[in-house]
Amino acid sequence: MDTQQQQSAIKGAKVLMVGAGGIGCELLKTLALSGFEDIHIIDMDTIEVSNLNRQFLFRRSHVGQSKAKVARDAVLRFRPHINIRSYHANVKNPEFDVDFFKQFDVVLNGLDNLDARRHVNRLCLAADVPLVESGTTGFLGQVTVHVKGKTECYECQTKPAPKTYPVCTITSTPTKFVHCIVWAKDLLFAKLFGDKNQENDLNVRSHNAASSSKEKEDVFERAEDEDIEQYGRKIYDHVFGSNIENALANEETWKNRRRPRPIYSKEVLPESLTQQNGSAQNCSVTGGDSVISAMPSLGLKNPQELWGLTQNSLVFIEALKLFFAKRKKEIGHLTFDKDDQLAVEFVTAAANIRAESFGIPLHSLFEAKGIAGNIVHAVATTNAIIAGLIVIEAIKVLKKDANKYRMTYCLEHPSRKMLLMPVEPFEPNPSCYVCSKTPLVLEINTQKSKLRDLVDRIVTAKLGMNLPLIMHGASLLYEVGDDLDDIMVANYNANLEKYLAELPSPIVNGSSLTVEDLQQELSCKINVKHREEFDEEKEPEGMVLSGWTQPPATNGESASTSNNENAVDVTESSSGSEIATKKRRLSETQPENHKKETQNVESDDDDFMEIENPMLVSKKKKRVE
Amino acid sequence: MDGEELTEQETALYDRQIRVWGANAQRRLTKSHILVSGIKGTVTEFCKNIVLAGVGSVTLMDDRLVTEEALNANFLIPPDESAYRGKTVAEICCDSLKDFNPMVFVSVEKGDLSTRDTEFFETFDVVVIGYGSRSTKKAVNEKCRKLSKRVAFYTVDCRDSCGEIFVDLQDYKYTKKNLEETVECELNFPSFQEAISVPWKLTPRRTVKLYFAMRVIEAFEESEGRKPGACSLLDLATVLEIKKKLCEANSVSESHVPDSLLERLVTGNTEFPPACAIVGGILAQEVIKAVSGKGDPLKNFFYFDAQDGKGVMEDISNSLTS
Ligand SMILES: [Zn+2]
Repeated sequence: MDTQQQQSAIKGAKVLMVGAGGIGCELLKTLALSGFEDIHIIDMDTIEVSNLNRQFLFRRSHVGQSKAKVARDAVLRFRPHINIRSYHANVKNPEFDVDFFKQFDVVLNGLDNLDARRHVNRLCLAADVPLVESGTTGFLGQVTVHVKGKTECYECQTKPAPKTYPVCTITSTPTKFVHCIVWAKDLLFAKLFGDKNQENDLNVRSHNAASSSKEKEDVFERAEDEDIEQYGRKIYDHVFGSNIENALANEETWKNRRRPRPIYSKEVLPESLTQQNGSAQNCSVTGGDSVISAMPSLGLKNPQELWGLTQNSLVFIEALKLFFAKRKKEIGHLTFDKDDQLAVEFVTAAANIRAESFGIPLHSLFEAKGIAGNIVHAVATTNAIIAGLIVIEAIKVLKKDANKYRMTYCLEHPSRKMLLMPVEPFEPNPSCYVCSKTPLVLEINTQKSKLRDLVDRIVTAKLGMNLPLIMHGASLLYEVGDDLDDIMVANYNANLEKYLAELPSPIVNGSSLTVEDLQQELSCKINVKHREEFDEEKEPEGMVLSGWTQPPATNGESASTSNNENAVDVTESSSGSEIATKKRRLSETQPENHKKETQNVESDDDDFMEIENPMLVSKKKKRVE
Repeated sequence: MDGEELTEQETALYDRQIRVWGANAQRRLTKSHILVSGIKGTVTEFCKNIVLAGVGSVTLMDDRLVTEEALNANFLIPPDESAYRGKTVAEICCDSLKDFNPMVFVSVEKGDLSTRDTEFFETFDVVVIGYGSRSTKKAVNEKCRKLSKRVAFYTVDCRDSCGEIFVDLQDYKYTKKNLEETVECELNFPSFQEAISVPWKLTPRRTVKLYFAMRVIEAFEESEGRKPGACSLLDLATVLEIKKKLCEANSVSESHVPDSLLERLVTGNTEFPPACAIVGGILAQEVIKAVSGKGDPLKNFFYFDAQDGKGVMEDISNSLTS
């Protein structure tokens, strides 16, 4: 170590950490030990029991408190004389604007979701502050360095979008357990305990028997004096019994599918449950925390045990009863939370009953919770290793050692003897809409899509904008902000409900939109292409956004397959614990106007580093052995 | 399924990691006993990791009194002299570690590791030496090998921004997931003595330079009677002489062990905390694998160097057939 120069670079640095969770705790500790003296840390979360196995700065007594604050206090205990400032807040809050980011020498991400990562990426680009990004899942992890103009930004490569399922698969034709979970969580749970005014597909598509539509509306309404158990049974019979029976009436649907079996409560449960567990003891004690749970009174202890149809039905009724008996105040504004024991029990039971009906294998509460909560598999060791790698890169960034920057993959199985594999960073992708302002193309039915669809499905979901503004030519169609007057708000709200082609400034085939986020200081152009039809299975959003990544060349294989690069991308993000293997050809990072005939581009091998996909390598080896 | 079920409390606390390695592995972890000797930065990281993972017990040995130097790269010791005065490193670390996970039994064992008899090691499943001379490492490794039960043996050493891990699992059987099916595997590990005696000409092609450099430093410390890590730039000349002799004895050119690397190792007495986190993380991961009997273990050396950022596994076994 060239200690002198390094130590002064570290001492003088002002560092922003985003996230005080699994990676964050390790990172804050390693930064402090390494001699950093001015660290700011943002995290909106509070501490939970399931954090304690790896977020070692937290104790049981801290459950419920701010992660950022407790982490700060814990580190000050072994490094009392450094400055750590904690913010118990969402990094997307407007107070963390470009000026806020500008005060830092480097930003270090230890985040758990794609959305916040993209937001921070944009602010770092706008403020021109280097970003060290990280992610882990299980034994896998990665650290990347993003310096404006020198290396690719976090969004130069598309990230796997959160998995979405076609609506009809969820409402009528589930084939996997995850479909049942989505149904139980997003439809049934939301319908029973969430906002009643929210649109919900629970009844709409499951049958064609129009006659009963009015009556259905009422099923979910509970009369003030209605017995809770009776109410629960009514819901049970409706969603698992008559709804299925109605669906079966539509023969077309089941021509090539296995027919589901309607299940009614009287087939599985005794007439009345009350005497069975009259003296219900519904609070399980987990290390001092009292948790409302349906399991103890039913004699269920092990969350990894598989329950049968009867047990699931009992849990369903019991959990529903407990919601009404003990948590009545929350009903109407609950959203599913993986750390809400009773909610997990209810969703597990409902998903299992539905699975039974559709001939899908049942799952334990533990497994169901993992699927429902998109739970990231996490261990302390990987987080510690990744935090160490982040600090090493941060120090290089502070010393401006640009040619030494590396992205590093932490692997479970060695690839070419390596468990930690450093790779030279990629150059910025010239067709990245975030760091290179390349226009995007949106295929959409301009007569059948409303401005609201565009805002929800593209601007918010795909472009990850927080405070968007949409312009068409000189006309401002939509914006979000607290400084708008009532007339403008009314105007924008009216626009949201209009079809694109019927807006004051109509959006039609060939229109070019400007979409901006003032907080992120990001602006991008979208060229609109009208299209009539979309495939409901493959394009469930009813619109397709493309442009910033080159689609893999279909006829370019001959160019040189050895130039294909595969990298592992691991993210501790809600979108998944899966590893996405992706291909990117640096030879194609050219302006997008090249046509097929010009595709026999000579690739410039100097721009390449050969990385083999570690997963493929290890598989190959196994085959040889 | 073996042994008792995990308690409700354990399942809640270990939820996220059970999703990684399963409930069976977690049960085996909660029943394992780990001995750790010599607590510097890397071992501190290691201890934190295995205590969080939920091993049954951790026994700490390190009778050095806490000094300024011990505070470096160590987050288990509050830098308050009144709190640590008169206490040994093991005692103070024990107090902090207990706090991390009340379900793990952490204790201190006084005395010198090298004088312990074979029976002492029988009560452990894993022995880790974080700070010890070559002769201590050899002796303890031999004692572990004499026992009828298998005691997993590890050494770890971090200098400058580099680190080395050695692993001896003797005859080791384990399972691993191969696509869909679970397969049984078996590996034979050489002892520490056997591994470091492999003629340099017979080591795998492109073995990392750190392997040879560490052997030079080890030889230096033994011949000069130094404590591990007790050397400075003043010793470089002697170290280079020893390197020359070793290279000659192994009939390899002197460029086999770069002088610049030896200089780093000789002068880099303060540990580099990021390297400690990385090497301590890998070591803990390996111990978790060995205890749970799941996944390919590291065989039998691991090297990390922050300068090139590589974490490399080397298999250096005495294969006469080569
Ligand atoms: Zn970019």
